[in-house]
Amino acid sequence: MKSRPKLLWLQGVTCNGNTHSFLNYPYLSYILETFEFLYHPLLPATYTLQEIASCTQSCDILIFEGAYDPRMMRAGTCMETLLQYYGSTANTIIALGSCASFGGMFKQSDPEYITGLGFDRDISKGPFAQSSKLINLSGCPIHPEWLGYTLRMIAANKVILLDEMNRPQELYSYLAHHGCTRNEYFEWKVDAENFGRKEGCLFYKQGCRGPMTHASCNKILWNDVSSKTRVGSPCFGCTEPDFPRVNMFETKTNMSIPQDVPLGISKRSYLTLTGIAKSFHIPRLEKRLIDDNT
Amino acid sequence: MYIRMVIDLELSVEMKNKLEKSVTTKKEDRKTSIMQTALKLFSSEGFYSTTMPAIAKKVGMSVGNFYNYFSSKDELAKEIMLYISSVLGEQLREINMSDKSVREKIDMIVKMYFLIAQERPELIEYFLRIFLSNREVFTKACTGMVCVSDFVTELMLFFDDGVQKGVLKDQDFFSALGLFMGYLGGMVFLNGEEVLPQPLCDYESAIAENIYNALRKQ
Repeated sequence: MKSRPKLLWLQGVTCNGNTHSFLNYPYLSYILETFEFLYHPLLPATYTLQEIASCTQSCDILIFEGAYDPRMMRAGTCMETLLQYYGSTANTIIALGSCASFGGMFKQSDPEYITGLGFDRDISKGPFAQSSKLINLSGCPIHPEWLGYTLRMIAANKVILLDEMNRPQELYSYLAHHGCTRNEYFEWKVDAENFGRKEGCLFYKQGCRGPMTHASCNKILWNDVSSKTRVGSPCFGCTEPDFPRVNMFETKTNMSIPQDVPLGISKRSYLTLTGIAKSFHIPRLEKRLIDDNT
Repeated sequence: MYIRMVIDLELSVEMKNKLEKSVTTKKEDRKTSIMQTALKLFSSEGFYSTTMPAIAKKVGMSVGNFYNYFSSKDELAKEIMLYISSVLGEQLREINMSDKSVREKIDMIVKMYFLIAQERPELIEYFLRIFLSNREVFTKACTGMVCVSDFVTELMLFFDDGVQKGVLKDQDFFSALGLFMGYLGGMVFLNGEEVLPQPLCDYESAIAENIYNALRKQ
């Protein structure tokens, strides 16, 4: 029998969000059959954490979940040593989630020491900065399909094209805005007025970062059916290096003018277009989609 | 033979494009010239007292030909407003793009506005006496920001920059817009009514300071 690629799943400073998200992957059994799990915090694995921490095994794929703190101890071995050892044996290193990619939420607890594996926010820094082995799968948490896609590509020996932040282009060249069911409201500047409604755009007041966030959330739907913006909650831009920002349920404005505008569009062009769009009232877009009184 | 035909064809397409461009530019220049004349007539005689034949006569054109440029008086009125917004917007854009401080930019905007009011008073007069006073003409074609977009966009960028730099107070855009442009428009109006004891330019410094004090972050 052909030996399976060896996969090691380690955790840094984490909430286990990516582990839990990946348990929802519909083809998990395929992954378990295709790869040998040397260690995983929840799934059946060949070795215990103590055995892994002795640094005597080798892996083909290292998945690291959580932010990187070199001083953190796992089963008596410090994280710096663990990553140095397994990183050198692996062909591919996957930074899973925004904490592992850029420092993310847990960087806030100790901003001086905590980073991602190859980036500190958007600055190249960390134990695998500049490493050609590194793949960042940012997200808080990642969509299970994003890791599923990456592992299937590795299993099939296919080349994964990466962007400048080491993220797979197939997953991160889209914006969360693409495929959003509220795009017509965005075009005509019709505000959502509140959370959880089917109507209106969440960009103007509720803090939606969809037009400036690289993520395929509205292309590869969550649980195959929905996304945050589709259910009336703003995109927080959780796949970007600046996540988390403050006041995430509010759009930062200066004299009613949004501080950030859609990616790659000059503020002058954006304001010219939206100033005109806002001048028109489209009664259809101002009504409820489904009238409660009928 | 075939190559020759292709070259001839390419040359003729190039010539056709050049000719079309030249005709378009000429037509645009003519339109601008008509608007400038009409602008003066509207501003001095009023919108309803100014007729299309009167404008045609003033520009030295037959009435029939005139309609090749503007299909109606309402259409001409809208195009003039777009033209004014574009002229003012261009001036404001230059100020916005300069590396001056927010305080200095306020000085420059006031100066620019008053200079235009003196050198080309019809531009401001049209806005105050035609655009704002004959809303029924503009309701459909110039709803909201449609005809003043160039100018208002630049003001938005100026305010946004001022707040981002921590110089101006964050407030509702229209509160700030009304304060800034209402003040300037009011002074130009008073000047037009010959109420002001001093030339308009004498007030620039004090007005710029008042605007700065009213809009700055406390």
